[in-house]
Amino acid sequence: MKQLLILSGKGGTGKTTIASAFIQLSEAEVYADCDVDAPNLHLIMNQPSEAKRSNYYGMPKADIDLGVCVKCDLCRQNCLFNAIKVGSDYKVDQYVCEGCGVCEALCPVGAVSLKPHTAGELRLYVDKSVFSTAELKMGSGTSGKLVTEVKKQMKLAAKDAGLTIIDGSPGIGCPVIASISGVDMVLIVAEPSISGISDMERIVKTAERFRTRIAICINKYDTNLSNTEKIESFCQNIFLPCVGRIPFDAEAIKAINKGQSIVDSDCAAGHAAKDVFDKTIKILFNESLVL
Amino acid sequence: MKIAVLSGKGGTGKTLVSVNLASVAKESIYIDCDVEAPNGHLFFKPKNFVSESISIKIPILDEKLCSGCRKCVDFCKFNALAYIINKLIVFDDVCHSCGGCILFCPEKALSEKEKFIGKVYCGISENVTVITGILDTGESSGVPIIKKCINDFPAGREFTFIDCPPGSACIVMESIKDADYCILVAEPTLFGVHNLNMVYELVRLFNKPHSVVLNKCLEEENPAEKFCREKEIKILGKIPFDNELGTLNSNALISVRENPKYWDMFTAMLQIVAKEVEHETVTNT
Repeated sequence: MKQLLILSGKGGTGKTTIASAFIQLSEAEVYADCDVDAPNLHLIMNQPSEAKRSNYYGMPKADIDLGVCVKCDLCRQNCLFNAIKVGSDYKVDQYVCEGCGVCEALCPVGAVSLKPHTAGELRLYVDKSVFSTAELKMGSGTSGKLVTEVKKQMKLAAKDAGLTIIDGSPGIGCPVIASISGVDMVLIVAEPSISGISDMERIVKTAERFRTRIAICINKYDTNLSNTEKIESFCQNIFLPCVGRIPFDAEAIKAINKGQSIVDSDCAAGHAAKDVFDKTIKILFNESLVL
Repeated sequence: MKIAVLSGKGGTGKTLVSVNLASVAKESIYIDCDVEAPNGHLFFKPKNFVSESISIKIPILDEKLCSGCRKCVDFCKFNALAYIINKLIVFDDVCHSCGGCILFCPEKALSEKEKFIGKVYCGISENVTVITGILDTGESSGVPIIKKCINDFPAGREFTFIDCPPGSACIVMESIKDADYCILVAEPTLFGVHNLNMVYELVRLFNKPHSVVLNKCLEEENPAEKFCREKEIKILGKIPFDNELGTLNSNALISVRENPKYWDMFTAMLQIVAKEVEHETVTNT
């Protein structure tokens, strides 16, 4: 199984747009949405059947049995997350507790216990293709762990797929790191703005630690040509393949709003995405590539 | 007063909105909490940008004292410790800094050490005090940096704008927890609406007064606007999809400092926010 992960650093550069185009073009049998904080791929990947849903349990949360609590204050004094609040009674702030268990271990009367906590929902669609996705509950903090579960469920459901396309999340933190581990290649969707370039450089640094193949494509390239050239020379300088430019295209927005991928409509962005796809696949499958 | 600017989806214009609103205010503080992809400072180019390193506490082992009892390994819910071939190993990257291993080691073989995860910068750009958290690449959680940014700069009478990270996870909650008002920025796409709904639920959960800025508005029907009308959410303003604004923004220029027409647009929005927050304060006291 060859896994291609789409990332960007900055949000809104077009990860899901590119991922959905690639899934369509490759007729991918297996794909996943690892942006568990704000999943969108399911909105344009029309699934013929219902998803199999399962609860995702993040870290457990501490719970204080007030009937047993003797208000000795040990739990509050030792909680480094300040998750224990005192009013007339002792209470655990569910949004702050990370489930470390220090309070449970310290409580002299056994009033504190860790209780399982549903932090999101995993969804798996199995038809002619396998699509694994999930949604984190608001305010939850274990998105990296959920990303790992999305990938695990995907691998279990699809053993022998040639190509797997994974839509990633923005940023460089825990969900992104969890999504990179184990993939064969990362395609970074860059945007020609000063902000986009800064964030692209940070995601390149993050991905490089994993020694996976990296390529860059530029979306909405014509919105700022001089920044597009800056991205291309950045790629040249550090020997990263730049696999193409995709123009800004109002037709692309229309396609997405109809719940379609950009290659479903005969538009400039769709054609360019096809070209980016061909080059990416060549690198992923290790064929020689003349840039 | 603290105003948080957020959006579920990335790239909808949080930084555009917060940078420009902060610039039209007479005196303001801008705090960039998107520590994984911080961009506000690229616009403000602050003078005298000074930094402070942010660290978390992780355990360090004194091998001479370790008896190999594995109490720490058994205790750690994050699997950040392992005892392999008669040796205790600490995995710094997965440690959540709960202090449990140090607390429960019977031999006192573990103690605290500081690990640097990023920086908080502070500087001045004309009327705006600019504060930016930046997470080091390879680090997994920016929450300690966000906490530092927010707690060190308590809001006074002036406007404080908090540029939040995308999503609706713990990192966003941390950013909006003590905000007086939330501005949700949405773009007119199917994705935009879906993620707007997520942050809308979040601000309702926290009972925050809020309104929506519709960004990148085109002639066509706007699904985000339709959503707002259906849910009866106040629309603070509409920013047209406009080449001039796009170019200024992609070159990291502050639109309101470049063209008076944008100054007027953002001033109008700020006036509405000021009124709403005042109203809220009155009703809250």
